[in-house]
Amino acid sequence: MFFEHFNYWVFIILLMVGLYTVMSRTNLIKKMIGLSLFQISVFLFYISMGKIAGGTAPILIDPAPGAAPIVYSNPLPHVLILTAIVVGVATTALGLSLVVRIKESFGTIDEEDILKLEDEA
Amino acid sequence: MLSFVQQFPVLAIVLPLMSAPVCALTRGKVFPWFLTFLVSAFTFAISIELLAEVSANGPISYHLGGWEPPWGIEYLVDPLNAFMLVLISGISTGVLLYARESIAHEIREDQLGLFFTAYLLALTGMMGICITGDAFNVFVFLEIMSLSSYVLIAMGARNDRRALTASFQYLIIGTVGATFYLIGVGLLYMMTGTLNIADIASRFAEIGGMRPVQAAVAFIVIGLAIKLALFPFHVWLPNGYTYAPSIVTSFFAGTATKVSVYLLIRFIFTIFGMDYSFGVVGLTDILMPLAVVGFLSMSLVAIFQDNVKRLLAYSSVAQLGYIVLAISLASNEGLTAAMVHILNHAVVKTGMFLSVGSIFFVTGTVSLKKLEGIGQRMPLTTFGFVLGGLGLIGVPLTPGFISKWYLIKAVLDLESPLGYGLVAAILISSLLAVIYIWRVVEVAYFRPPPAGATRGEPPLTMLVPSWIFIAISFYFGIDTTFSVGFSKAIAAFLTGGA
Amino acid sequence: MLLLIAGTITVLVVRNLFVATMMLGIVSFTMALIFVSLDAVDVAFTEAAVGAGISTVLYIGTLAMVGAQEKIRVKFAALPLIICLAVGGALFYATYQMPGYAEADNPVHKHVAPRYINDSGKETGVPNIVTSVLASYRGYDTFGETTVIFTAGIGVMLILRQRRLKRPPPDGEEEEDLKTSLNGSISGLGSDHDLVPHLVSKLLIPFILMFALYVQFHGDFGPGGGFQAGVIFAAGFILYALIFSLEEARVILNEKVILCLIALGVLIYGGVGVVSMLLGGHFLDYNLLSHDPVHGQHLGILLVEIGVGITVTAAMLAIFYAFVGRAEIEIEQLD
Repeated sequence: MFFEHFNYWVFIILLMVGLYTVMSRTNLIKKMIGLSLFQISVFLFYISMGKIAGGTAPILIDPAPGAAPIVYSNPLPHVLILTAIVVGVATTALGLSLVVRIKESFGTIDEEDILKLEDEA
Repeated sequence: MLSFVQQFPVLAIVLPLMSAPVCALTRGKVFPWFLTFLVSAFTFAISIELLAEVSANGPISYHLGGWEPPWGIEYLVDPLNAFMLVLISGISTGVLLYARESIAHEIREDQLGLFFTAYLLALTGMMGICITGDAFNVFVFLEIMSLSSYVLIAMGARNDRRALTASFQYLIIGTVGATFYLIGVGLLYMMTGTLNIADIASRFAEIGGMRPVQAAVAFIVIGLAIKLALFPFHVWLPNGYTYAPSIVTSFFAGTATKVSVYLLIRFIFTIFGMDYSFGVVGLTDILMPLAVVGFLSMSLVAIFQDNVKRLLAYSSVAQLGYIVLAISLASNEGLTAAMVHILNHAVVKTGMFLSVGSIFFVTGTVSLKKLEGIGQRMPLTTFGFVLGGLGLIGVPLTPGFISKWYLIKAVLDLESPLGYGLVAAILISSLLAVIYIWRVVEVAYFRPPPAGATRGEPPLTMLVPSWIFIAISFYFGIDTTFSVGFSKAIAAFLTGGA
Repeated sequence: MLLLIAGTITVLVVRNLFVATMMLGIVSFTMALIFVSLDAVDVAFTEAAVGAGISTVLYIGTLAMVGAQEKIRVKFAALPLIICLAVGGALFYATYQMPGYAEADNPVHKHVAPRYINDSGKETGVPNIVTSVLASYRGYDTFGETTVIFTAGIGVMLILRQRRLKRPPPDGEEEEDLKTSLNGSISGLGSDHDLVPHLVSKLLIPFILMFALYVQFHGDFGPGGGFQAGVIFAAGFILYALIFSLEEARVILNEKVILCLIALGVLIYGGVGVVSMLLGGHFLDYNLLSHDPVHGQHLGILLVEIGVGITVTAAMLAIFYAFVGRAEIEIEQLD
């Protein structure tokens, strides 16, 4: 009973930590890291959804004669998450390139310092 | 065999998408722009054709990869998204007409090819979100649109380094919003086993009462609210719009947030169904206060802005408040009002941002303090801006009047004290709009231009498109057969069909 | 699992951004292991290559330019905490009626999935179901995904190159300038004195590239496919650039070629779709590519995977070049 939703609970905790990092930290890189964590946690959620107890990876193999039919885990969430991982890395790359440019223009990557500089401008 | 016409739904997306890599390889000052313009115009033509087809013969379903839904991905064109397609590609084409001179002024020449690539990708993303009938495919195209818009906003950094932080802020908030949406879709998938929108909708009644589904509704609505800059999730929008290059702002002001509004309408009316959204979950109680507080506070904030682009951006958030209010009324009339306002506001705001872009092109500033006497320095441009402003306020004969007329009518249909309260709120907000437009008018016409100030109009390629938008908006203010007619058809389709 | 939680909390707490980045890598890698145990081998492969590999490289590249110490703020942020707890609470609330974990009769496994599992072998002739769903049934999503990577590659190029040419006018001459100055920079990447890394990498790189090709073309049968292969391919090049120098890597593949390659990959993918349209079918309908539908499917999947592979490789390299190129210029300016 307790372990029935264990994976989902881990997902929720990761998600909360990630989101908290994004919102509470003022360092832009730390924010990006938080965002990555936040996205990774969602991957766990989808993949957990696709698992079937006693199942195997969804690559078709011929069952041994006389053996029970093979149970495959659900491939669809895997496909979706492959796409989501790609989206994640694309976001990370763009975000970090912005951080680099911000550092060059403002000389800092701390949000509050930047806000001060913006007000002066 | 499929005929050429039957390929239209996918062509509308694939044409800009495939042109993007081609555009990335092109160089020069004119060619990338010309290619983009041509593609956008073709897309516009296809969209019109689709809209005509759909309104005559009903929804079209297109099976990508030849796999029938729900196994494959489906494109489902119905009156609602055909309307959105026409709106998006139309605005894109008009803005591009204006873009050549303007962007050459703001972006380095050797970056133009890549810049227009990003523009095409943003167009692809928006069109793709609207046309698809698959909830996960929406996410993919949402990300195409978002990533390219982060890039486009950051391109404003050549004029003002704050574009970078604006873009970064948008990236963080936008990604959180998109991920919320992804979680919501995941929860729906968990409960239904499918990703096809129509398929989810048909199974929704059985599972509506379950907690994961309620959570899914919450996540999707919040995710989309972030994306559409509904108060209090709007913080990214004013910065983004203020510092982005002129044509990017003009393009996004009319389309980007509207796409999220479209998604909200799609989920509320098609998937969840009206009874569920407003009866069981009570979205009215959540959306309506946010919308009202949103348009009142944002109109108020707009009054105190010195930067004209920022002023218009806050006004955009306020206008989105009207649209969401109209949706939250949960009625046929409300939906009609929402659709009319989506169209009218998109056209007016694009025209106004284009005028501001022209002002920036000539004077190099959009700060109200430095624009004294601009009405004499650039009479035609400024006059266009002011006419657009009248449209925002809702003066009769302008499109804003039509929108507000329908909105107030829908609100009064509530036949409760709440309805009168809402009318009062709308009127107050309009009054605030009068003030912020008046501030611009006062500076523009009633202060003498400083000595030695630059005079003269922008090139005709910029002046004419901005006037086209203003003229079209006035057309919609006078002859409402197109705007209101289609909006009514859409509202009837969504409330009757779902 | 508990390791994951510990890892993430460390990320939150540590002040040194290098450590935080490393922890993020570890979390990603642990996640990949968990994915294996959840039968998602393809995803695990990708997560290990991307989350623990490419992302970490990107973070470190950025840190090298911006500094690794986070400013200490002694401010207790109440609002974010409340929002997080609310979000988490909503999800906890939802879990109570969620279908049990890993039960075979969950709705997820009932509706759409069985068709993929039972028929995809017959319909596409590809044993790896993930590949057949990815490239065929939901091939359009993957097209979108390729476009996302394309967008990122273009975006990073646009953003990071925005300022470089501000100094001199954009001309051929200036390119030369840059080249000579880069060659002259001592503190750039790579050095002539490290014999061991040079030798080892020379031995390793061919294997990495071969492995990438294997992953590319073996995606039909085992875990793998265009995306993973692209990342590994790019990793091989990045290794080369790190050990030797960016200049030498540029000799083999310069930015212009890479830009062409990024575009080419998307065009190959889209081209397959257009061909199937010209043959009178739906976009990306591979059945028509050959007389025998199964064979056509196989061919289509192969082609689009190649397109994905090319775009991913090139985009990853473009991003890497853009970052590292930046770093070298920075160093040069300091000198």
